[in-house]
Amino acid sequence: MKLKYFAWVRERIGKAEETIEPPADVRTIGELMAWLARRGETYAYAFEKPLVIRAAIDHAHVKTEAPIAGAREIAFFPPMTGG
Amino acid sequence: MTANLTVRIQQADFDIAREISALTKGRTDIGAVVSFSGVCRGTEGGETIAALTLEHYPGMAEAEITRHAETAMSRWPLTGVTIIHRVGRIAPGENIVLVLTASQHRQAAFQSAEFLMDYLKANAPFWKREESAAGTSWVDARGHDDAAVARWTKP
Repeated sequence: MKLKYFAWVRERIGKAEETIEPPADVRTIGELMAWLARRGETYAYAFEKPLVIRAAIDHAHVKTEAPIAGAREIAFFPPMTGG
Repeated sequence: MTANLTVRIQQADFDIAREISALTKGRTDIGAVVSFSGVCRGTEGGETIAALTLEHYPGMAEAEITRHAETAMSRWPLTGVTIIHRVGRIAPGENIVLVLTASQHRQAAFQSAEFLMDYLKANAPFWKREESAAGTSWVDARGHDDAAVARWTKP
């Protein structure tokens, strides 16, 4: 699946997007954030406060308990500040 | 007649008068047009701002704005909605966002414009980065934006 990062999540990780294949026991958005946080220092920094991070699956907002099975594109970003 | 919906995300500025004309052109069933424009402030918390840079999530931003506009059109008897959100670097005094709502009567136009702005601020995937003498930093989300959204879901 494709991952996209925005704003300070993107800056902390150091990339805007990547393609990953998480292990089968990573089932939800929350579990995916925990798995990503273990991939290295930049990821640990980006996901140090997972409760702050918002997520979207295929362009729709989702909560941390949302299942990731079948997702084509998952995005992680800070709370929005548009308008 | 059907309701007109225009959603655009663009770097360029917009002309409010031209957008209102486009929304009302050829129609005689509109009695009220409400226009809200969000403008870049030159100070924030006493600090002088040199500019804002807006980042967005292409694809999702359009989808999210369209979804909220469709919700507004089902909730109020609107004849048209125009929403334009700028991205990129924006200097103080420049436009950031435009919401136009048109209806037969003013109440629907006023209320739906406010509803749309409250939802856009809390849910549309845009992020502001502020430039000041101290450097650049991401603007923090405000709790009162979520509170503003919550009042529309109360019975």
